[in-house]
Amino acid sequence: MRTRRARTVVWGIATILVWAPSALAHVESGQAAGFLTGLSHPWSGLDHVLAMIAVGIWGAQLGNPALWLLPVTFPMVMALGALMGLIGTPIPGVEVGIALSALLLGTMVLGEVRPKMVFAALLVGFFAIFHGHAHGTELPPGQSGLLYSMGFVIATGCLHGLGITIGLIHRWPAGRLALRCAGAFIAIMGVNFLWGALR
Amino acid sequence: MRIHCSRTACRAGLTVSFAFLCWPSQAAAHLVTTGLGPVYDGIGHLLMTPDDLVPVLALALFAGLRGATSGRRALFFLPLAWLTGGLAGLMLQGLPAFPVPALSFLVMGALVAADLRMEARGITVLAVGLGLVHGFLNGAVLQQGPGALGLIGIMATLFVIVALVSAFVVSLRRPWTRIVVRVAGSWIVASGILMLGWAFRG
Repeated sequence: MRTRRARTVVWGIATILVWAPSALAHVESGQAAGFLTGLSHPWSGLDHVLAMIAVGIWGAQLGNPALWLLPVTFPMVMALGALMGLIGTPIPGVEVGIALSALLLGTMVLGEVRPKMVFAALLVGFFAIFHGHAHGTELPPGQSGLLYSMGFVIATGCLHGLGITIGLIHRWPAGRLALRCAGAFIAIMGVNFLWGALR
Repeated sequence: MRIHCSRTACRAGLTVSFAFLCWPSQAAAHLVTTGLGPVYDGIGHLLMTPDDLVPVLALALFAGLRGATSGRRALFFLPLAWLTGGLAGLMLQGLPAFPVPALSFLVMGALVAADLRMEARGITVLAVGLGLVHGFLNGAVLQQGPGALGLIGIMATLFVIVALVSAFVVSLRRPWTRIVVRVAGSWIVASGILMLGWAFRG
């Protein structure tokens, strides 16, 4: 008796679950895709990745307030560069500028150069314009511009964070040497990018 | 390095910010249907609309940076102003054309990034300005959906978000943790600049 009742209940539940309800929702497209595209975009170009990490490492070498001032400056000026791209203002030699950013920032890390804070912020900000102009406007059609932008900015910030984290080894003598070697590598890659841009 | 400003400069800054926030804008948001009723639709709308959510988070971060008193001001004034603006939006017709959410990103993000010293009264003005403008835009959108009940859901969500985020920031003691909050502010500014660019591009 109890088994039959249980079967009836199970069949009843199964019927309700299989019943096709009316779909009230509409398909949303482009939202998550825009964010994920923006989030993954900065990682796709080695020139951008190396320059961002160099900014973080240089900030860690310089210590406070450069440690936070450079990563705060970069995304805001980068967004200005992207804004120029979005409203159709051309910037000459964008690829050359990006290559030079890797070369010069790598050199700064290699030499542990300690300029005045204003100069460091200006240097980082100047190159940020080229990175923003080149990468900030590459939105695939049909995706959300805002979410793409947010993903792009967050990913760039994470690359800076990665650079700062690597730069924490600066407190040890061997770590300082390793960071300078990393700077040399980034500078050499910058020469390679520059060669490619000028060819 | 914290930025200080005189009372006059603070007032001027607030007036400009308020004017920007009051500038009419185009609402690009669409409604979220949860299937759970109008209150949950309102909650879903806020949580799924970064145009509204990010400025609210920025205000909560800023209020938290300014201390518990400022946090309490934002906690109570933002939902009330949002409700007032929302009710006005439900009754009035027509949506403005300028991208105000982008300006909210810029103003709120800049305040967080600069860690600007501001009295609790200033936070109240910001919360009321932000609430009225975004509430109005929400109300205009909710006309076609959950209506006033949706606003109740949004209000409750705002209360929870501001309470949690502000209290978390107030509890931060180590200097580097406040720097992380300021970096988040700079990201919000950058997103706002890009948002303006997309709006101008059309």
